[in-house]
Amino acid sequence: MSDLLIGTRKGAWILRDEGERAGWRLEGPLFLGQIVNHFVADPRAPHIWLVAAKTGHLGPTVLRSMDAGETWSEARRPPAFPKADDPANARAVSHTFWLQPGHASEPGVWWAGASPPGLFRSEDNGEIWESVAGFNDHPMYTEWAPPGEGTPDGPLLNQIAIDPRDAAHMYLATSTAGVFESLDHGANWAPLNQGVEANFLPDPYPEFGQDAHFIALAPTRPDRIWQQNHCGIYRLDRPGTRWTRIGKAMPPDVGDVGFTIVPHPRNADTAWVFPMDGTDVWPRVSPGGRPAVYRTIDAGESWTRQACGFPAEQAWMTVKRQAFCADEGTPLGLYLGATNGEVWASADEGETWREIARRLPEIYSVAAAPRA
Amino acid sequence: MIQVLVPSQLHAYTGGVSRLEAAGSVIAEVLDDLDQRFPGLKFRIIDEQDRVRPHMRLFVGKTAARDIHARLRDGDELLIFGALSGG
Repeated sequence: MSDLLIGTRKGAWILRDEGERAGWRLEGPLFLGQIVNHFVADPRAPHIWLVAAKTGHLGPTVLRSMDAGETWSEARRPPAFPKADDPANARAVSHTFWLQPGHASEPGVWWAGASPPGLFRSEDNGEIWESVAGFNDHPMYTEWAPPGEGTPDGPLLNQIAIDPRDAAHMYLATSTAGVFESLDHGANWAPLNQGVEANFLPDPYPEFGQDAHFIALAPTRPDRIWQQNHCGIYRLDRPGTRWTRIGKAMPPDVGDVGFTIVPHPRNADTAWVFPMDGTDVWPRVSPGGRPAVYRTIDAGESWTRQACGFPAEQAWMTVKRQAFCADEGTPLGLYLGATNGEVWASADEGETWREIARRLPEIYSVAAAPRA
Repeated sequence: MIQVLVPSQLHAYTGGVSRLEAAGSVIAEVLDDLDQRFPGLKFRIIDEQDRVRPHMRLFVGKTAARDIHARLRDGDELLIFGALSGG
């Protein structure tokens, strides 16, 4: 049984599963008024929860609970860049965007991605965070994260993924330079973007410069990486290095733009996306006002629309990067939170959907948390 | 001692107290003193490069202060405000 941890622009909430995903009870708010970009439970220790927070006024911090939300404390040293000698290179974390529990072999280790793009690591469940020089001080950093560029929420290091077979093998995604790989625990990084379009640059297939909205490893086949990119849906099967645009198989009138992609935890050929309108001025809402998820069961060769339960018209939903997730149930449960404050759930792998919460603030993250 | 006005945005740290005294001969030392007593408070106001965060305002008396190394005199008032953000 899993609960849902909800991060919003105005605080955090918990949706408690009141029995086999049939009923949900909303608890909260926690940290009312704080901008919560990510609210995550540790799969290695489900009673450990971390929250990435800031406010309109106050700087960023990480809030920690070691008892599944009963009590909270604040990181003693939140993610922060090193003090710069040259004021021109003085970077400050605007907000922590992504919190990643570390490899199963490294209890207590967490990673964080920030805006401006920054990688941080904690060895004590988020109490003390250190800047990861391998990325943050890389000689190419200013090329990978040009000052002043980025999304409306700022330039992002927006995902971190760890190979479950090897703690030293990591990937990260940025909004300024695409996907990177490290083979040495984050000590060095190299771009991994061959075949991925950046249609907003003079060279549409650069070595780096892409906007990788979301990456996820297939849990049962970690050599398979799914990517929802600014320009489409991609898949990469390692040791290959060239991504395939599997979004070409999406219906043309829907397109393959979105913010997030959710792999099936037990089937490496299955994943879900929530497409959004990327035409004209990039409305980033459900195409035609008709929300739906699309599922592939053949690694992106084809996609099936799953819209049963969603409004059939005039529903202009936006689902952000961290706001679409799966639980571990059988059949699989899927959950998404929209910027209109609605949370939708499917208990049958996307076949049918129902609204389980509404009128929350703008939702930034939805994460399934196995009951501690 | 320096008289400090703490804004509502930071009351979660001070237990709701808005006026208190702190020690220091420059703003940074006063904030360090507060941070010792209310851990985490300083970083919410001052970033890792010692800059006042964009939507925070510091005043010494009626004079705006952006440099946290500005000197203070015993009895000065340090006013901390959250300003021009939200919604």
